[in-house]
Amino acid sequence: MKRWSGRLLTMFVIAGLVPAVVAWAEYADVTINTQSEAEGVAPVIFPHWFHRIRFQCSVCHVDLDIRMGAGTTGITMEKLIDGQYCGACHNGNIAWSIDNCDLCHSGRPGLETGVKGGHETMGPGLY
Amino acid sequence: MTGINMRSLAVLMIAGGLALLAMLLLASLAEAQSDPNRFNRLMKPAAERNAPPPEDGIHDADSPGTHLLQTPREAFDALPDSKSGNYVQWNAAMDEGLIEPRNSLTMVSTPPIVLDLNIVREVKGSMPDVVYPHKQHTQWLDCSNCHPAIFIPQKGANQISMASILLGEKCGVCHGKVAFPVSECRRCHSRPKEQTAAN
Ligand code: HEC
Ligand code: HEC
Ligand code: HEC
Ligand code: HEC
Ligand code: HEC
Ligand code: HEC
Repeated sequence: MKRWSGRLLTMFVIAGLVPAVVAWAEYADVTINTQSEAEGVAPVIFPHWFHRIRFQCSVCHVDLDIRMGAGTTGITMEKLIDGQYCGACHNGNIAWSIDNCDLCHSGRPGLETGVKGGHETMGPGLY
Repeated sequence: MTGINMRSLAVLMIAGGLALLAMLLLASLAEAQSDPNRFNRLMKPAAERNAPPPEDGIHDADSPGTHLLQTPREAFDALPDSKSGNYVQWNAAMDEGLIEPRNSLTMVSTPPIVLDLNIVREVKGSMPDVVYPHKQHTQWLDCSNCHPAIFIPQKGANQISMASILLGEKCGVCHGKVAFPVSECRRCHSRPKEQTAAN
């Protein structure tokens, strides 16, 4: 019985590890964690695919002054509640409002700021 | 007394056996995915594409917000397929009217300023020449997204190489990050070399 439970335990551990190893973020998801975790909230995940179905790139990258570089725009909550960046839409008017913290702050602990490549070869820079 | 004990022991054994079976099944699944000699070691299995947020490895599956987010696969079902990236042909999706991305915060009222100008860049070696289409870009982007910060607006005035693209410069500012990735060579290298006479 003891040996059994030992084996069971290892199997539990293996089975638990698997989902963590084989996981593929959606292509073009941007993770932003320049201050989030340091300030006690989960990292932000911005899904490009979802927004580009609804808006052209220029709406965000020209009209709203969002820069094409993860973490380089200097987004803060204060600017968002004043209607800048995500706050230009997530204001209860164009899209759900800013009090839905965990829809944006949805990242796993420890995520680094960057853009996710999800195609066959595992992302930008590795072809 | 002993009868009850024996019975509960039997129940325990059966329950234990079932649990073991379940564990064995999970373990063999795990082994299939960590098999060092699996057929595709690095290439992403088709079944893992456009995964639901709780399973994509970056969202926190323990956060309730994660479970409210849309699964890309569900949104992409109706859109034309491509071979990599989001596995969506974004321009075709727009041309076929399957998606209508707004060009301002409110409704699409003004038609977008689309420039139909192809720039052919001749490529050294055997690779087909690159055709850069302004049309497919200005359907999404403004002139100021590229000119003058990324490209001087003059044919041939910019040094572009595959190496710089792979490093995330020039075309690589978008391709490999948000627009279709560099693995789809033919979409850029689309004009076959003219058959040069052998003389
Ligand atoms: C709804 C707003 C929005 C739309 C629409 C949008 N983006 Fe973005 N994009 C962002 C945000 C936010 C970031 C991250 C900026 C930051 O972290 O400072 C970003 C980052 C980027 C980056 C930088 C990635 C990196 O770190 O290298 C690129 C490239 C980019 N976007 C291209 C595009 C393209 C191409 C389109 C159109 C197909 C597009 N974006 C549409 C909001 C948007
Ligand atoms: C529309 C998306 C969105 C929503 C909703 C949102 N945030 Fe943020 N938040 C961001 C982004 C983007 C940043 C910048 C992240 C970074 O740089 O690490 C940020 C940063 C923060 C920060 C750290 C820096 C700062 O500016 O204070 C805190 C704390 C924070 N958010 C708390 C909250 C709380 C609490 C809520 C809900 C009331 C909330 N956020 C809702 C997008 C959002
Ligand atoms: C140009 C407008 C616009 C901007 C800017 C914008 N969003 Fe959104 N976003 C939307 C709309 C519209 C929706 C859909 C809202 C709904 O479902 O009612 C949405 C939905 C979302 C969703 C949920 C996607 C899902 O699966 O349902 C997330 C997460 C999100 N936005 C994050 C962000 C973050 C983070 C930023 C800033 C970095 C941002 N958005 C900036 C318009 C915008
Ligand atoms: C996605 C990036 C991108 C966008 C957006 C873009 N261009 Fe260009 N443009 C280029 C590239 C690349 C070239 C070729 C440069 C070269 O060959 O060195 C070019 C070349 C040009 C040229 C020179 C043509 C020639 O024959 O010398 C003009 C003029 C021009 N663009 C105008 C525009 C205008 C107007 C817009 C907006 C409607 C625009 N471009 C949007 C990337 C872009
Ligand atoms: C500012 C961002 C940006 C830059 C820089 C850029 N592209 Fe694109 N490109 C896009 C977007 C967005 C699309 C739409 C398709 C998609 O997202 O997959 C696109 C589409 C294309 C297409 C159309 C493919 C088709 O099948 O319809 C070609 C070809 C292309 N790009 C080539 C280039 C080349 C060559 C360069 C460099 C000279 C370049 N692009 C630079 C953003 C960019
Ligand atoms: C986003 C568009 C794009 C994609 C995708 C792309 N290329 Fe290129 N490629 C270019 C451009 C632009 C040049 C520079 C042409 C010139 O000299 O003006 C180039 C140049 C080259 C050259 C010439 C040598 C050099 O470095 O300049 C080779 C070889 C090449 N590409 C191979 C490939 C292969 C193989 C793939 C697929 C894995 C690929 N390319 C995908 C745009 C692209």
